[in-house]
Amino acid sequence: MNASALGLQVQGLRVAYGDFVAVADASFRVEPGASFGIVGESGSGKSTVLRSICGLAPMQAGQVQLLRTDAGKVPFPGSKDFRRQVQMVFQDPYGSLHPRQTVDRILAEPLDIHRLDQPQARIEEALDQVGLGSVFRFRYPHQLSGGQRQRVALARALILQPQVLLLDEPTSALDASVQAEVLNVLERLRARLGLTFLMVSHDLAVVTHLCDQILVMRHGHSVEQVCAADLAAGRVSQDYTRSLMRAAEGFVRSGASMLIPITPKGPP
Amino acid sequence: MTEPTDLQAKACEPILVVEGLQVAYPNREGQMVPVVRDVSFTLGRERLGLVGESGSGKSQTGRAILGLSAPGARISAKRLEFRGTNLLACTPAQRRALRGQKMAMVLQDPKYSLNPVMTIGQQVCESLQAHARMPPRAAKEKALAALRAVQLDDAERVFSLYPHEVSGGMGQRAMIAMMLIAQPELLIADEPTSALDVTVQLEVLALLDSLVSQSAMGLLFISHDLRLVSRFCDRVLVMYRGKIVEEIAAHQLHQAQHPYTQGLLNCLPRLGQSRHPLPVLDRRPEWSL
Repeated sequence: MNASALGLQVQGLRVAYGDFVAVADASFRVEPGASFGIVGESGSGKSTVLRSICGLAPMQAGQVQLLRTDAGKVPFPGSKDFRRQVQMVFQDPYGSLHPRQTVDRILAEPLDIHRLDQPQARIEEALDQVGLGSVFRFRYPHQLSGGQRQRVALARALILQPQVLLLDEPTSALDASVQAEVLNVLERLRARLGLTFLMVSHDLAVVTHLCDQILVMRHGHSVEQVCAADLAAGRVSQDYTRSLMRAAEGFVRSGASMLIPITPKGPP
Repeated sequence: MTEPTDLQAKACEPILVVEGLQVAYPNREGQMVPVVRDVSFTLGRERLGLVGESGSGKSQTGRAILGLSAPGARISAKRLEFRGTNLLACTPAQRRALRGQKMAMVLQDPKYSLNPVMTIGQQVCESLQAHARMPPRAAKEKALAALRAVQLDDAERVFSLYPHEVSGGMGQRAMIAMMLIAQPELLIADEPTSALDVTVQLEVLALLDSLVSQSAMGLLFISHDLRLVSRFCDRVLVMYRGKIVEEIAAHQLHQAQHPYTQGLLNCLPRLGQSRHPLPVLDRRPEWSL
């Protein structure tokens, strides 16, 4: 593992938009170098947790803190150094890349902001890391496939050499076969660079594939935290997690009775 | 009502016959690029799945059948028949009369495919009145009944809501109501659940399933999700680069012969199985020949 690996601790996080409480109370700890997943349906507040960590959603209460293994100083949330160490990859590669900028320009912008030297070499290296050759460097996003775009988004995050990657449904806009490729790239990079992952997904199988610890969220509350092996083996304590697992198995035809009663809304 | 024997006879005769369907689009140099190549199948009163990655031509096949291909498309086929009618010889007006009434389509994302400035109720009524003249009050009654049939709890309330005021699952139910209100014989569902949560997905699928089996219509279910299709449909066609590479009964999918089908099945992460790295598709050029 990377000696300078950073972890992340979130305590009592609360995010509200007006009267609507998106995240009521979320607390979890991601050890340096670990891979942590959050699952839930849409509206469970899982993406909002990520957005508030990197400052894209207003935090009403709670604390976000970076952890490190040695005694050094950790950057404060919101500081420029924090933003360099904590990078985010968004769900939809069709929406998250500037349509009128080439890949080169997209990758050069974070280098400009953080005033890093040797931009040429860094851009080449970042493209190489995600498995895109330098032939892609002067293309526009519309000339790339979905999987290639998501790799560019990943390269944009990696080019600052962050320690923590926030992944917001990084593969849900992709085909199954392309999803496998991107998941493999993510896994290889984590092993090679010693990154800490915080990943959000609605797909239990994807999260258990990539993460060691998993937090299940529903309506802005955390339901339970389990380790991947327990989840895969069905050793979970909450009914809601069980019903999510049943849904992940897919459609089973058994008349009208298969309508699983898990939609009643409102806090549990 | 039709007699049961009548229904049985109807079940055997194909609703849709597609033989040698080709769809091509011009590229910037004016050359025609084929996107669907020599696709043939028949559809009876069954659930037929059409599976492939993006760009495999599965949606283009569905759109060509409905006559909704983008302008500039060149469509040809040896046979393209819907209940004995040659679709390629139809005038645009005849195609339009068929669409919505005899054949309908459910689209992927209710957020983008519903009209944002009309209430759900207005849209359901509109699709009803496009094909049959009826007084507004009767149309509203029928629309409400249709919304109830897709298990929207509070149909009156949903009737007067705009698309942005409903959830994805409710929007998709409303779209299904809109498509089924004219009681079509053929329903083409193009990724009807891909934009929905897993749990809502199951509910929408169960709804589609019961509606299709009740009304004995033919369903062409287009999806990229091979596992979902294999559980939902009776028969599956697998497409790769515009061609059908394999046809297989859904319950025999695990015995699929074509390496592409096997690869698609294999590359999904599975709960309870640790496979690192995941197998990826090794695309061979001979598949697309």
